[in-house]
Amino acid sequence: MTTLTFRCEHHYRSGFRLAAEFEAREGVTALFGPSGSGKSTIVSLIAGLLCPHHGKINLGTRTLVDTASRVWLPPERRHVGLVFQDHCLFPHLTVRENLEYGFRRRRQHTADLSHIAEVLEIESLLARAPATLSGGERQRVALGRALLSSPELLLLDEPLAALDRPLQVRILQSLRTILAERPLVALLVTHDPSQIEALDAPVIELKAGRIASPPQPS
Amino acid sequence: MLSPAELDALRVSLIVSLTAVAVSLPFGVLFGWLLARRQFFGKSALETVFNLPLVMPPVVTGYLLLVLFGRNGWLGGLLDRWFGVRLVFDWKGAALAAAVVSFPLMVRSIRLAFSAVDVRLEQAARTLGAGRLDAFFSVSLPLARNGVVAGCVLAFARSLGEFGATVMIAGNIAGRTRTMPLFIYNELEAPGGLERSMGLVIVSIIVAAAALVLGEVLERRGRRRLGASDA
Repeated sequence: MTTLTFRCEHHYRSGFRLAAEFEAREGVTALFGPSGSGKSTIVSLIAGLLCPHHGKINLGTRTLVDTASRVWLPPERRHVGLVFQDHCLFPHLTVRENLEYGFRRRRQHTADLSHIAEVLEIESLLARAPATLSGGERQRVALGRALLSSPELLLLDEPLAALDRPLQVRILQSLRTILAERPLVALLVTHDPSQIEALDAPVIELKAGRIASPPQPS
Repeated sequence: MLSPAELDALRVSLIVSLTAVAVSLPFGVLFGWLLARRQFFGKSALETVFNLPLVMPPVVTGYLLLVLFGRNGWLGGLLDRWFGVRLVFDWKGAALAAAVVSFPLMVRSIRLAFSAVDVRLEQAARTLGAGRLDAFFSVSLPLARNGVVAGCVLAFARSLGEFGATVMIAGNIAGRTRTMPLFIYNELEAPGGLERSMGLVIVSIIVAAAALVLGEVLERRGRRRLGASDA
């Protein structure tokens, strides 16, 4: 059973200070809070895009960061998939090349490109350029790209915020199908309470850089 | 058509300018990226040094190059002793002068191109398993390609026109360091030179225009590949 344990402190020059501690188990956990509450900081710390001033992050048996013993894994060695709010697909590559980007760089992959493409309903898009896709299609490709890099943890940073309700539901369903097939910790970052209801998952609430409530068992 | 002497000048000009661009390109990419993405001590001082040749009289740039790379200059002496390379009164010196004078234009263009690449695309590449260098070559550089091409075209055009610094370090030796601008200047010294240099004047304009068109075509092709919009 893979578990993410997070205990970090980080502060910015603006005076904002994050001090949070939580755990997330396999399956989806929602990280909920208004903008400016520190959600993106947590995502950056876990993905390795930011180094905390103090703290420790463990994923399963691996230590991603530990400031006390000066451990810091670079992002490419963390096996943490990240899906951005505005997809961040590589504009110079086709959909297929985007999907293969992570796939090719991980030696121990078990994921299957055509299967993921089928579940996410993007098989017909493989030869297209990202610029020609709709918002929902891009987000599904971005999700597929992250899944194909064989992550142990999936960070979904407001991936549905720019989409309308029916699309959100469809993508959440695909996500659930995929998570049912593989042991994976998924952290869904959102500021939208209705997404949390649809998700039926434990919630970690963040307020002004601190955890407001411990995750409730679902 | 062109006389053998004029063809020589054209040949020397092309070799000097292409060499200047080829030699400065790796440095242009390196420093363009550093200036766009990194904060480090002495960054603004470095920028000032790079941009100096843009505002200094080219003759002064040539003078400084002569002091540095002359037979008795401390870099020129080392080059001669270690590699047997002499830059003074040689086409390699003309290429060095062209490279130094055109470098700020190249770096500026490449730097802007790297600044325009979304940092999060590089971060996405890292989380997908690409190391720093891998992400640079598979994402940052391809996306900055247009700016790199534009920088090369600008640097090439500036190199073609280089006069002051070239004359200082490489002299004006027919068939060896006499580039097109030097040839035209040389012709004007003698009676009837205005008419005689007409051919090379036209060639200069054609080469410069061809470089601009080529740059434009490459850029348009790159843009088409990236798609019209990315809303």
